Amino acid sequence: MSVTLKDVEHIAKLSRLEFSENEKEKLVHNMNDILKHIEKLNELDTTNVEPLSHVIELQNVMREDETKQSLPVEEALKNAPSKEESFFKVPKVIG
Amino acid sequence: MHSTYEAVIGLEVHAQLLTKSKAFCGCTTQFGNSPNANTCPVCLGMPGVLPVLNKNLVEFIMKMGLSTNCTITEKSIFARKNYFYPDLPKGYQISQFENPICQRGYVDIELKDGNTKRIGIHRIHMEEDAGKSIHDMGMETLVDVNRCGVPLIEIVSEPDIRTPEEAYQYLTMLKQILTYLEICDGNMEEGSLRCDANISVRKKGEEKFGTKTEVKNMNSFRNVERAIEYEVNRQIELIEDGGKVIHETLLWDANKNIALPMRSKEEAHDYRYFPEPDLAPVVVEKEWIEKMQKLLPELPVQRRNRFIAEYNLPKYDAEILTLERELADYYENTASQLTHKKSEHYKTVSNWVMTDVLRVVNDEHIPLSEFPITPNNLAAMVNLIAEGTISGKIAKEVFEEMLKTKEEPKKIVERKGLVQVSDTGAIEKVIDEIFANNAEQIEKYKAGKTQVFGFFVGETMKAMKGKGNPKIVNEILQKKLNN
Repeated sequence: MSVTLKDVEHIAKLSRLEFSENEKEKLVHNMNDILKHIEKLNELDTTNVEPLSHVIELQNVMREDETKQSLPVEEALKNAPSKEESFFKVPKVIG
Repeated sequence: MHSTYEAVIGLEVHAQLLTKSKAFCGCTTQFGNSPNANTCPVCLGMPGVLPVLNKNLVEFIMKMGLSTNCTITEKSIFARKNYFYPDLPKGYQISQFENPICQRGYVDIELKDGNTKRIGIHRIHMEEDAGKSIHDMGMETLVDVNRCGVPLIEIVSEPDIRTPEEAYQYLTMLKQILTYLEICDGNMEEGSLRCDANISVRKKGEEKFGTKTEVKNMNSFRNVERAIEYEVNRQIELIEDGGKVIHETLLWDANKNIALPMRSKEEAHDYRYFPEPDLAPVVVEKEWIEKMQKLLPELPVQRRNRFIAEYNLPKYDAEILTLERELADYYENTASQLTHKKSEHYKTVSNWVMTDVLRVVNDEHIPLSEFPITPNNLAAMVNLIAEGTISGKIAKEVFEEMLKTKEEPKKIVERKGLVQVSDTGAIEKVIDEIFANNAEQIEKYKAGKTQVFGFFVGETMKAMKGKGNPKIVNEILQKKLNN
């Protein structure tokens, strides 16, 4: 499997990122290198190995259903580039 | 529906859980607070934060799974469902993909024709809700992330549903179970229960599925039924006209009664699921399942059947009384305080609850918990009827008075002098007087026009201001007229 220009454009779109043609070319190259590296790992026979979902062997890390103080609204909105009253404001999503 | 076609329908139902705090942080799930007041670094998706799983989310979904005959997965994991939208600050929704916690269950629904049908449940998984965006103001979109991170369960049916009626019954059953378990308030209008339908049609006898569409935005049980009916017919007509169904998402417009294609908000589903590294797997041991099993309340169908067996109620009554847990509790609390444990009195209570209690509750839009007449007082009133102290007719008056004053029925009866007259001498006196003034009617009766009997009953009751014991009035009239 290899990455094409089309794949890069698709991933860029999903990530809401824009690239110049040069950058895209470079990304095709880089991504293929990464895949090549993964191919190398595929040489290992993992037929009888359970897929690993977590690297740390923890389970059932849970808390009781209790509420905690939320942030003051001003704090919550502090990083927002744009706000209105106590809403976050973003470019119009639906036209 | 065209008789040579059949519809294949699967429902995806989202239920908002009644936990106090959010799924992965301690923010409150309370509805109606000012925008963004219920947020913290976790649900705002700040870098470097760690979600911690709410134990009630796991226990609530286990209850639902056990109540719908699912297998509880021993080890289930969370996944990230990636999509980019402002109401989801992290850029992904925490959900489950592989190994959801509940799998392969079913519910049995009952149809109008009396048949029972089993609807398979493919899976039930845990996830979090997204925030709310408000689009209709100016050139920007406003975002409130209070709802972001509120726990949801998604119940995915098998494509076993064939008709709008089946969809309606299935949904009703799910809502009943959810509310009996007290894990969701089941309110579709307010969005705590949401339903999407996957719909396709095929010629009867064919095994292959047709191309499906997904219909969203149906915010009531009736709308689900109507939307499915509309979409099934649309697809059949399209195929009959030589067209082809295309895979798309439609939004139901309840005002126009049509489903219209939704403008795509995201490129064809490409959620790039992968295991959520920040949340440890959930491992459910046998003991935990057994513990939850013990906590399950009696479920609606079991309770209905017990009402039929224990109180000798008609199926229709039992069904209405057990539709909601609160109402079933109200009925049982009343029935348990009857002094005469006889079927006829259980039925009397049922009649009062189904007609009078429900009428008031529905007309006034009040929850049953705020209904002024307690089960105690309703039972005391039915006891007065059973003992012959008041007639059913007088009871209506007592009932209305209890609504207003919340007094005990006995006090009302005493205060208003409503005690029923069972004294045969007194009743006979009234009847003799009526007979004296209605010789003509007596002739009619004797000539065989027995319907005149009702006239005498009415006159007697009128003369006694409704307080005559109907049974004794009837007996005396029978005796006198037939002599």
